[in-house]
Amino acid sequence: MDVVELSRLQFAATALYHFLFVPLTLGLSIILGIMETVYVMTGREIWRDIVKFWGVLFGINFAMGVATGITMEFQFGTNWAYYSQYVGDIFGAPLAIEGLMAFFLEATLVGLFFFGWNKLSRVQHLGVTWGLAMGTNLSALWILIANGWMQNPTGAAFNVDTMRMEVTDFMAVLFNPVAQDKFVHTVSAGYVVGSVFVLAISAWYLLKGRHVELARRSMTVAASFGLASALSVVVLGDESGYTAGEHQKMKIAAIEAMWETEPAPASFTLFGLPNLKDHKTEYEIKIPWALGLIVTRSTDQEVSGIHQLVDHAKLRIDDGLIAYRALQQIKAAPKDEAARITFEEHAGNLGYALLLKRVRSDIENATPDDIQMAADSTIPDVPVLFWSFRIMVGLGFYFIALFALAFYFSAKSRLDKYRSFLWVCFLTLPLPWIAAELGWIVAEYGRQPWVIEGVLPTHLGVSSTSVGNVWFSLMGFVVFYSSLLIADLYLLQKYIRLGPDATLGHAVATPSNAALQAGE
Amino acid sequence: MDYEILRLIWWALLGILLIGFAIMDGFDLGTAILSPLLGKTDLERRVILNTVGPVWEGNQVWFILGGGAIFAAFPALYAASFSGFYLAMFLVLVTLILRPGGFKYRSKVEASAWRTFWDWALFAGGLVPSLVFGVAFGNLFLGVPFSYDSDLRFHSDITLFSLLNPFALLVGLVSLSMLVLHGASWLNLKTEGVIQARARSVMPIAAAAFIALFVLAGVWLTQIGAYHITSAIAGDGPSNPLLKTVSVSDGNWFANFGVQPLLWISPLLAIAAAGLAVLARRTPMLAFLCTALVPAGTIATAGFALFPFLLPSSSDPNASLTLWDASSSKLTLEVMLGAVVIFLPIVLAYTAWVYRVLRGPVRGEDISNSKTAY
Ligand code: HDD
Ligand code: HEM
Ligand code: HEM
Repeated sequence: MDVVELSRLQFAATALYHFLFVPLTLGLSIILGIMETVYVMTGREIWRDIVKFWGVLFGINFAMGVATGITMEFQFGTNWAYYSQYVGDIFGAPLAIEGLMAFFLEATLVGLFFFGWNKLSRVQHLGVTWGLAMGTNLSALWILIANGWMQNPTGAAFNVDTMRMEVTDFMAVLFNPVAQDKFVHTVSAGYVVGSVFVLAISAWYLLKGRHVELARRSMTVAASFGLASALSVVVLGDESGYTAGEHQKMKIAAIEAMWETEPAPASFTLFGLPNLKDHKTEYEIKIPWALGLIVTRSTDQEVSGIHQLVDHAKLRIDDGLIAYRALQQIKAAPKDEAARITFEEHAGNLGYALLLKRVRSDIENATPDDIQMAADSTIPDVPVLFWSFRIMVGLGFYFIALFALAFYFSAKSRLDKYRSFLWVCFLTLPLPWIAAELGWIVAEYGRQPWVIEGVLPTHLGVSSTSVGNVWFSLMGFVVFYSSLLIADLYLLQKYIRLGPDATLGHAVATPSNAALQAGE
Repeated sequence: MDYEILRLIWWALLGILLIGFAIMDGFDLGTAILSPLLGKTDLERRVILNTVGPVWEGNQVWFILGGGAIFAAFPALYAASFSGFYLAMFLVLVTLILRPGGFKYRSKVEASAWRTFWDWALFAGGLVPSLVFGVAFGNLFLGVPFSYDSDLRFHSDITLFSLLNPFALLVGLVSLSMLVLHGASWLNLKTEGVIQARARSVMPIAAAAFIALFVLAGVWLTQIGAYHITSAIAGDGPSNPLLKTVSVSDGNWFANFGVQPLLWISPLLAIAAAGLAVLARRTPMLAFLCTALVPAGTIATAGFALFPFLLPSSSDPNASLTLWDASSSKLTLEVMLGAVVIFLPIVLAYTAWVYRVLRGPVRGEDISNSKTAY
């Protein structure tokens, strides 16, 4: 494997690890806020114990979120140096603001959340909890503004004097529609993860007949919050599809395994087997009109197929080559005004010309065959996207059904009557993580071969470091992260088994006992 | 605002953020190094850990913000230094990712092997970053081998071993002794009884080591050739490191101090503050303020000496990064300055509030009675 492949693998591995912990932090922090609000409003001690118990599990997870996040922050520099040099002017800003605005808030308050119970008034502590939740959610906002820009790089232009992309319109970066949709979809996904976590563990307690008071109340919160979140994940996922359709047509075509443009309105392929050799999708089961409606919000616009998009890419490569040649002239003679004007006219397609660098180094002399190869490389991995997307979407609808039932049962106070339903709740535990990880694979793997859509091909983004270095760090992270993950899972199951009474040092359900401990 | 002024402001802000990191995260790195040495029993170690337990996460954000601010304001420096110092950076990251486990997981399991493991993990998580940051700084004065091609792609011949040269190691020890002093001073403030007494007895040793090493590094520095920009400096020119010429002269890195003698205040401050901290150690709060001034003086000294260089190149001096040609565009610097002006005071305000809520020493009985303590 070369440096490019290894760096991609390392980024994918560390990001997917990070996102095991992130969504649980996002979801649980809000759930803790809701639970503590109930405590402060009703004054009932049991709610405080509920917050404290889930808080212990939150803390174990949070530590891993922080540990894996640090690597992410510096990995752009260590492994993606040319990327950082090329787009740092735009991309660095949201990352720095994230630190200032979000990480400081969450990380400063998380200590008080645990250590502040008897140093703060109830309302003050509630403020700390909500501040913590706000911090985690703000951090998601800023990182997704950064990530949204990679999918849809607006508000920036190439500067020939500095040989890099520079920001031209900060507001466009901030209010990038892709980033907005990503934010709502991703935090909702986090809320689903948090809700399923609380629901599943509470269900397990109810199955064992332990900690019934805590479990029933927790389940009610999880069911209502989860239902709202699951609905919003699906509605906003559809929104993501719409914006991706506007800005990343190739990704949508690949998700759909749609090789040829269909006449409007396009149908949605519910099932099929993408055949890479013949560029066909076999055994398709289609839902008429659905794709046209999702992607274009209309019945009369067509959705482009992969072959048409490749043809379009060829035109853009041709145009980008004009910009590239002009850039070489400017490098040789910085004062060449004619070359500068030519460059500005074609600069929008410079990135497409850079795709040729994978094929040959003297890209000025590219032949039609080279251009065809480069254009073909814009097709992402169709089967992976096709299946990842369908599993994520299927799970999305399943979560709605699950939470709707849980909500109905808890409204009727019948949660503990249906053991089989409780088992279903418990066994659902890993599923939202699978959906979330697959979502990132759709979003990031589907962006290939670009690291910045249309601007910078992934293979150019890497550092000039050695294969040995990257192997070493990749192996190191895998070993360290895996050991930490084992420690994390061990502690989580230890405290879940111990249960709230042993964890907090007193029986949770008995009011008198809780009152005695109120001073603790 | 003028591009030239903006770049200067960002150079200063970078220094301030680094100093913020060394002060805030510095004492918990120092504390983590001292913990296995000063804590003889499990309870004593837990007391030591719990002095930083509620605040280390917030402190660590100074480190993260430092990285983020370099990325946003000096992207070329971010790209060059982190990819150039690849394995050194990996070492720092790996030891830092052990810290969350050390604080949060250590005391959740009784087994003594488990606890001892995390104690040493925390020790490494303090020692390695303290040393490596100093070593990195030391290498800045020597220059590191790197160059750019015409696309501004960075190429370097830096290896982990080339970074570990005697001068850089000396600077690493300066940094280590400085943070151990600061950590001891923190424990002096936040503990009572035997631990406090032990921390108090470490302070003079750490301070003496720091002063001696710092002065030695200064003397050595007079023998190291400094870099100079020999072409005209365009303070508002494009951020492209290939447009200037640089020479490695026979003069030394103290040239800036000759031009502006007031700069001598910073090294004197570092030395005086370390000495005063020892004298004032029976008034822990005052001593702590003094040990906080030590990193401020030290980092300012290094920054003033290097000015305007950020990362000198030994193999192609013209490609050296300076604050004039490694920065972001004017617009980005402006937007980011706005963000700092708005948010940094807010951060400082709630950080101060948290420290006020948590004021007072940590005692053994608080920990044995608590279910949430680390
Ligand atoms: C949608 C949310 C999301 C996404 C996509 C990412 N993160 Fe993250 N990150 C969080 C949401 C989050 C969080 C919820 O705020 C965390 C997780 C647990 C935690 O402690 O905070 C966090 C922690 C965290 C930390 C430690 C912060 C601290 O000390 O408090 C850093 C430095 C990063 N992240 C950096 C990154 C980078 C550079 C990413 C991109 C490549 C990234 N994260 C993706
Ligand atoms: C935490 C959630 C995320 C996950 C699970 C994730 C997942 C992935 C995966 C699977 C890849 C590899 C794609 C491939 O090489 O084929 C990748 C690459 C990458 N992602 Fe993400 N990503 C996440 C968030 C982000 C964010 C927020 C950013 C930017 C702010 C980002 C930037 C990148 C970069 C720079 C690469 C490397 C270049 C590339 O291979 O495309 N990722 N990510
Ligand atoms: C009907 C249901 C769903 C639809 C239509 C949907 C749609 C989408 C689409 C189109 C993307 C790609 C966006 C892009 O490429 O930029 C995406 C990404 C993602 N999805 Fe879903 N999704 C659904 C359910 C879920 C569920 C249930 C989860 C997790 C619990 C989830 C988590 C994610 C995540 C984490 C990402 C990556 C971040 C992002 O790009 O927004 N999705 N989803």
